[in-house]
Amino acid sequence: MTRLAGTELTLAYERRVIAEGLDVAIPDGSFTVIVGPNACGKSTLLRALARTLRPRSGSVLLDGRDIRTLPSKAVARTLGLLPQTSIAPDGITVADLVARGRYPHQGLLRQWSADDERIVAEAMTATGIAELAESYVDELSGGQRQRVWIAMALAQQTPLLLLDEPTTYLDIAHQLDVLDLCASLHAEQGRTLVAVLHDLNHAARYATHLIAMRDGRIVAEGKPAQIVTTELIGQVFGLPCRIIDDPETGTPLVVPAARRRPL
Amino acid sequence: MTVLRTSEHSLRLRPRALLAGLAILIVAAICGLLLLSTGDYPMSPSAALRAVTGSGTPADAYIVQELRAPRVVTALLAGAALALAGAVFQALVRNPLGSPDVLGFTQGSATGALIAIVVAGGGSVAVAGGALAGGAVTGAVIYLLAVRHGSHGFRLVLVGIGVAAILTGVNGYLLTRAEITDASRAVLWLTGSLDGRGWDDALPLLAALVLTAPAVLFGCSRGLRMLELGDDAATAAGVAVGRLRLALLAAAVLLCAFAAAAAGPVAFVALTAPQVARRLTGDPGPNLLPSLLTGAALMAAADLAAQRLVPGRDLPVGVLTGVLGGAYLIWLLAAGRRRMA
Repeated sequence: MTRLAGTELTLAYERRVIAEGLDVAIPDGSFTVIVGPNACGKSTLLRALARTLRPRSGSVLLDGRDIRTLPSKAVARTLGLLPQTSIAPDGITVADLVARGRYPHQGLLRQWSADDERIVAEAMTATGIAELAESYVDELSGGQRQRVWIAMALAQQTPLLLLDEPTTYLDIAHQLDVLDLCASLHAEQGRTLVAVLHDLNHAARYATHLIAMRDGRIVAEGKPAQIVTTELIGQVFGLPCRIIDDPETGTPLVVPAARRRPL
Repeated sequence: MTVLRTSEHSLRLRPRALLAGLAILIVAAICGLLLLSTGDYPMSPSAALRAVTGSGTPADAYIVQELRAPRVVTALLAGAALALAGAVFQALVRNPLGSPDVLGFTQGSATGALIAIVVAGGGSVAVAGGALAGGAVTGAVIYLLAVRHGSHGFRLVLVGIGVAAILTGVNGYLLTRAEITDASRAVLWLTGSLDGRGWDDALPLLAALVLTAPAVLFGCSRGLRMLELGDDAATAAGVAVGRLRLALLAAAVLLCAFAAAAAGPVAFVALTAPQVARRLTGDPGPNLLPSLLTGAALMAAADLAAQRLVPGRDLPVGVLTGVLGGAYLIWLLAAGRRRMA
C-alpha cells in the first residue's frame, strides 16, 4: 500500500538531468530513508515528491491522483516538507515561526484557533524548544534553528512528512534526538516519514525501508537488514567496508575499511 | 497578541500594530487638515472641514474643494499606493532594497511620461497615460527577463537595477531632445510634484487603489507571509507560489504606474515607508496595511513641508521625500543591523 509514489519521473535542473524514468513507491506507514552519494538525486527526488520541483516528465501520485491536479492547500494538509534551506524573516520569534506552519489549516477568518495554539505548543515541546518560544530565531545556534524548522513542519500536522537532510547541522546528540523524534512520530503517531540522510548508520538504525540511490537510479530498496551489504555499499558509495551488527540495536553497522595504517 | 474567537472563527490582533496604525492615521489626518486649512488663504480647521462638506462660504468651498482637497487626496493616495507596492516588492524580493524605484519601474513610468511630453508634446492626460504605459511595459519586460526564468530575490534586484540604469540613460537622452519649455516641464514632472493636481488626477488613482488594495491586503497577505520563508517552504505549505508572485507583481506595478501618473516618480516613499512601518509595528511580516498608512502619512507630511518650508516658494514634494528618504537610509546604514522590536 502506498499513498505517495512517483512513476516514470524525469527530474532535471535547467540543462542537468538528474534522473530519468525513475519509479518509486513509499510504503505506507513506513519510515523511509533515502541514502546515496552526493549528487545522486536523493534530494531532487524528495523535492519532486513534495511537488516543490516539477518533473520534466512522469508524475507524482498522492493517493492515486496526480499531485499537480490536487489543490495545493489540500495537499499541504496531507503532505509536509522540511526543506533543506529556508529563510527566517529578520526579527521573527520562534513561536511566530512555528505558528506559520499552521497555514494550510487557517483562513482569513480562521487565523488562530484553540487547536492551532495547542498544536504549536505541542510541536515546540516535542522538539525541545518550548523555552525558546519568545527568542529571536536569528539569535539561535544552527542546531536550535533546525529544531525550530522541524517544529514548524510538525505543526503542519500531516500524516506524511518529508524531511530533506534534517540532521545536517546538528551535533551527534541532537541528531539522535531528531531521529528519535521521527521514530516516535512514525511508531506512535503512525505517520509515514521519508527522510534524506547522509549518515548511513543512522539510516540503517532508524529506517524501516531504505532506498539506496546512485546516479539518479534506485540501486536497491528494502529493509536495512536485508539490503545493507558490503557489495551494496561498494556499489553505491565506492567505499570498501565491512558490515557488523550494531551492538545496541542489531541493525547493520557499516565499518569503513581503514585507509591509512595508524602510526 | 490577542485573539478574538467564536466557535468557528478567530481573529488575531496585535495591539502594538493596531496602536501604530492608529497613530499613523492620526498623523496623516493632521497633515491633511493642515494642508486644507493653511496656505495663501488661511482658514481655521473647522472652516476647512465645513468647506469640505459644502456648508462653508463659497470662497472657502472653492479653495478647499477645487484646489486643496484634490491635492491632499492625491498625496494620500499616491503615498499609499507607492508604499503598498514597495512593501509587496520588498517581501517578494526578500530584500529591503527591493523597491520599485530601485527596480526600474518608476524610471519606466518616467520614460513613458517623457515620451508624451517631449515627443508627442502632450498635455497632462497624455503624460499620465504615458506614465501608466511606461510602468506597465517595464513591468512586463522585467517579468520576462527575470521572473519567468525563476530569478527572484537577489537576481531580480540586479536585473531591475540594470533596467533602471538603461532607462535613466534613455530619459536623459529624451531630455536633451526636448524644447526648453518642454524640458523644464519634464524635469519638474521627473522630480515628483503635486502642483496643480486636480480631481482628474486623483480619481483614476483612487479607482486603481480601490480595485487592487483589498485584493492584495485580504487575498494575498497570508500567502506572502509564507512566501517570505522561501519558495520550497511556501509550496510545501500549500501556497501557489508562481501564481501569487505574478498576481502580486502585477498589482504592485499597477499601483506604481498609477501613482507615477498622478504625482510623477516620487522618490523613496516605496523604499522607506515599509521599513518605517515595520519598525513602528514591531511585526517582522510584510506589514502591508501599516505600510500603506505610513506611505499616505509620509506623502502628506512631505507635501506639507514642501509647501510651507520655504515661505513664498513651493518645493516639489519629490525633493522632500528624497531628502527625508536619503537621511533615513544614511541613518539605517549608520545604525547597523537593528532589532525589530
